[in-house]
Amino acid sequence: MNRVKEGIRNFGWPRIIIGLFLLALFIAGPFFGVATDMSLNDVIVRFGMNSVLVLSMVPMIQSGCGLNFGIPVGLVAGLFGAVMSLEFRLTGTAGILVAFAIAIIVGAILGLAYGLLLNKVKGDEMIIATYVGYSIVFFMNLLWVALPFKNPSSVQGFKGQGLRVTISVQDYWFHQISDILAIKITNNFVIPIGMILFFALMSFLVWAFFKTKTGTAITAVGSNPDYARAAGINVDKMRVISVVLSTVLAAIGMIVYQQSFGFIQMFSAPLAFIFPSVAAILLGGASVNKASILNVVIGTLLFQGILTMTPSVINSAISIDVSEIIRIIVSNGMIVYALTRKAR
Amino acid sequence: MSKENVLLSVENVGKQFEGNRVLKNINFSLEKGKILGLVGENGAGKSTLMKIIFGMNEIADTGGYEGEIYLDGEKINFKSPLDALNAGIGMVHQEFSLIPGFTAYENILLNMEKTKPSIISKIFGKKFETLDRQEMKKIAKDAIDTLGVQLDENALVSEMPVGHKQFIEIAREIDREKVKLLILDEPTAVLTESEAEILLKAMRKLADSGISIIFISHRLREIIEVCDTIVVLRDGVVVVEKPAEGLNVRQIAQWMVGRDVAGRKAVQVRDVDISESNKDVILDVEHLWVDMPGETVKDVSFSVKRGEIFGIGGLAGQGKLGISNGILGLFPAGGKVLLNGKELPLNSTFNALKGGIAFVSEDRRGVGLLLDESIDWNIAFNAMQVQNRFIKKKLGGLIKWRDDKAMKECADKYVNALQIKCTSTKQHARQLSGGNQQKVCLAKAFAMEPSLLLVSEPTRGIDVGAKALVLDSLRRHNNENDTTIIMVSSELEELRSICDRIAIVSEGKIAGILSPDADTAEFGLLMSGLSNLNEEGEEQ
Ligand SMILES: Nc1ncnc2c1ncn2[C@@H]1O[C@H](COP(=O)(O)OP(=O)(O)OP(=O)(O)O)[C@@H](O)[C@H]1O
Ligand SMILES: [Mg+2]
Repeated sequence: MNRVKEGIRNFGWPRIIIGLFLLALFIAGPFFGVATDMSLNDVIVRFGMNSVLVLSMVPMIQSGCGLNFGIPVGLVAGLFGAVMSLEFRLTGTAGILVAFAIAIIVGAILGLAYGLLLNKVKGDEMIIATYVGYSIVFFMNLLWVALPFKNPSSVQGFKGQGLRVTISVQDYWFHQISDILAIKITNNFVIPIGMILFFALMSFLVWAFFKTKTGTAITAVGSNPDYARAAGINVDKMRVISVVLSTVLAAIGMIVYQQSFGFIQMFSAPLAFIFPSVAAILLGGASVNKASILNVVIGTLLFQGILTMTPSVINSAISIDVSEIIRIIVSNGMIVYALTRKAR
Repeated sequence: MSKENVLLSVENVGKQFEGNRVLKNINFSLEKGKILGLVGENGAGKSTLMKIIFGMNEIADTGGYEGEIYLDGEKINFKSPLDALNAGIGMVHQEFSLIPGFTAYENILLNMEKTKPSIISKIFGKKFETLDRQEMKKIAKDAIDTLGVQLDENALVSEMPVGHKQFIEIAREIDREKVKLLILDEPTAVLTESEAEILLKAMRKLADSGISIIFISHRLREIIEVCDTIVVLRDGVVVVEKPAEGLNVRQIAQWMVGRDVAGRKAVQVRDVDISESNKDVILDVEHLWVDMPGETVKDVSFSVKRGEIFGIGGLAGQGKLGISNGILGLFPAGGKVLLNGKELPLNSTFNALKGGIAFVSEDRRGVGLLLDESIDWNIAFNAMQVQNRFIKKKLGGLIKWRDDKAMKECADKYVNALQIKCTSTKQHARQLSGGNQQKVCLAKAFAMEPSLLLVSEPTRGIDVGAKALVLDSLRRHNNENDTTIIMVSSELEELRSICDRIAIVSEGKIAGILSPDADTAEFGLLMSGLSNLNEEGEEQ
């Protein structure tokens, strides 16, 4: 009995309630004409698309920089990598690899600047990060229009300059990762093994990093910066490393998302990723200064599960579109819940 | 004991943390206007018992407690400390809970701010009244005066020496209007004897005015001096509840530990030549200044011989703590420090550690511990980061992998040696009792196998039995590994029992260096020096 109680406490009521709700949706689905295989397919694909983005929260949380509300810094690097790859008209594996390479380099540079900035505002990281996230998106909006992109699939057709709002990657590197080893279960249900493996690889790298000497130091900085300082650790440097890591991961995650989705969403699109990514990791059980890979997996599954299942089931049940409302309630509710619960 | 005079009675109280039972069937009662001394070994359950009475959330979060507690004949079960405060219970915790950026008087009146009506408040209600700062200062000053200390109510708490912070904490509790019961969890641990004396006097005064007090301390002499009754906890059980009249330290210590504590064989003390002629100097400090808030060092010079145990004492706020913090580079410092004849660059913690220095901070929760990490991390971390120990190299040294197994082995060793009471080395430091946390801090320093060990307040919050253990282990390191030790402590007795020489710091300077056998009066003279707390307060 005690064991059960403890298990429940460790797992946390919010997760149990949402998990049960998700289960209920799966059970109820077929009665409203929602095919279970299609639902499963959607949940798993969305998990693959978003999990690396959620994973990108981990380094900054661990170093004490808090929730990365500035995730757009990494996302725009991802966008840049993607459009550059298209600009070189690279397709297939080469295309996506070049997109990754450019995204990583740009992400590292932006992350460095972002990290240095966050060191100047210790204690208010999350507020400043939010500003930075919005600012960089608006700044990049200018560049997207001003830079001389040439590829006709990227630029606005009628003007011949400035990028489109959505750019298709269909002819370039669509599903380059998703289709690796993909297993077709039914017509509606294809497991994108490649994307899952890719997430596993990224998770392994993050896990391994936090097992190194530097990773250990970063964790200590997040746990108690004064302790770390008294151990001779350069606290600011560790924080910058974590921010660079988070930003690069976000850039990579963006490209994974695009190749699965089939489109590069430009301009203000990155802003739409902030709350869902933050909410997912919190839902997974992370706190403001402690996060694990398990938090990422659980959080992304539950969050994306709710997002895909509620619209299809509830909409077919009551014929009113409430998907957006549910999404907002879940994501904002989780953030408020986690931030009011004292960081322990 | 007449029934109507009883303020607090605790009946059959028990508590377990995740199957780990720490309190069992506790019974005792406390009369109005009396002082109860609660003693017991580290981890006996004293703080936990007090947290239960005070309604701390930590208790409810970990499954609540068993038994009943009555205050003034009414059963209590507080949902939060706020309820306890409203019911007239005040508590000073083992660790500080002041807001550093606030002044003394703001802290004292936190949540009880005096307000005066303004135009806005007339419209929008009481919440919008402006603070009546003059009134607040006056009330705070009264509370401070009741305690009999001299300190400036306008000073920022972050810039105060620890000893003064302790008084602010207490002033805050006694200021509440209808306080009936005051719980003081090791309030004297950071105070020098003379400061503790002031506090004990104040406690007596409060008790005479009708307030009941529960007083926890590991300094048994204080317990005997000030308490009316004592309750001894051993392994979560009350073993003795007696009037304090006529008890002696040895008797109490024996009850605490469950066996006779005297007659331990002290570790062999070795002789170090501390005369001028010995040129084997490990540390030479010249005109050191350190800008540590509340513990400013102005101009300090001394040299320490290899293998020596060098003590530094003095009153709170005079700068004794600043010296080690400055050498370690934790606060801005200047002057010259030579380690083994080579100049040690100041303001660089890494270099100091790399040079073979280890440091135990006086601020164990702030600087000394990773509260939310396991014990083995806490102990091995410094050695890993500074000396590359507990590391497995992979890919030809490209990757430095943490060796969790070696870390655990090392931690196990010190858990045994220092008798750290824990469920395993994977337990988080936060869940340890205060004294055991202190031992973890010491273990961290020992694990670095330093050639020079700087320890600030090494026995703070450590029980009588373990104190001997800690001092012995310091001596043993000194003996066997030839570790030179600089020990900063507010307890003169402790310094005298182990040091070869003792420097007394006053007003940021060394007032004098004495042999441990020197007369107590001589030490007293140096400590008080030309200064007293008052002047110090004004200068800051
Ligand atoms: N939150 C917690 N979770 C698990 N165990 C805990 C927790 N808090 C305390 N303990 C355990 O309860 C026991 C009693 O701790 P407590 O702090 O009451 O000791 P104490 O008598 O105050 O000791 P000290 O003199 O060292 O302050 C310890 O073994 C400690 O590890
Ligand atoms: Mg305690």
